[in-house]
Amino acid sequence: MAEASSGRGTRARRPLSPHIQIYKWPPAMLMSILHRITGGALYVGTILLALWLISAATGPENFDYVSSWFATIPGKLILFGYTWALIHHMLGGLRHFLWDTGRGYDLKLIDQLSWGTLVASIAITLLIWIGVGFGGA
Amino acid sequence: MSMRTPLKKVRYLGSAKEGADHFWKQRVTAVANVFLGIFLVWLIVSLVGADHASVKARLANPLIALAILALVISGTIHMRMGMQTIIEDYVHGEGAKIVLLMLNTFFAAFIALTCVYAVLKLSFGA
Repeated sequence: MAEASSGRGTRARRPLSPHIQIYKWPPAMLMSILHRITGGALYVGTILLALWLISAATGPENFDYVSSWFATIPGKLILFGYTWALIHHMLGGLRHFLWDTGRGYDLKLIDQLSWGTLVASIAITLLIWIGVGFGGA
Repeated sequence: MSMRTPLKKVRYLGSAKEGADHFWKQRVTAVANVFLGIFLVWLIVSLVGADHASVKARLANPLIALAILALVISGTIHMRMGMQTIIEDYVHGEGAKIVLLMLNTFFAAFIALTCVYAVLKLSFGA
């Protein structure tokens, strides 16, 4: 990569942009990162959907075996995380649809939409899991 | 002195001019995924704790099967494009990038085919 230079043999001292460790994260930046992370999680998590469908298609033994893994505490934690990733990525997508229309770029509204999607995704995920009694004891 | 025209020299080296197509397909599948994702949550919530026979019967229902097929197709297209963007953003070595882009396609196709096979077997199989 070409470095900026004064052209007289010494490198010009230009200001550096702040790095993420000392940068005050705007909420939209956090949401952007979370959107990518949840997208990646949903990508890998499709293995769970494929496992579930294949086990159902290949008989009760396989289905009960896969279901028993989903019913363990780590299994439920993964499924809970997957539910949140799905809901959060979905709400983030809806926010992007709004921005696609050229609306919703007021700085205060951007912050509100960003925190709003995070709060709403957690709330909806909890409601879903309360609805199913956290998958039983 | 090269006899090649300037156009010949740069062709295939710059923007592929497929960005708008990528953007649009990404958005179309995103819209579909909103509805199909809500469907998936509803389906799984309604099947929590159900035994194999009832899950099998439910998944073999034509409307349910069609919705799962739509979800799988739209979802795997969408996730492949998303992962493609992530790879192109972070992987700059040409060799590694090409290998990862290929693996990305293989993974998406593998998930899509596995799910479609399972749904078809549940619908038509013995």
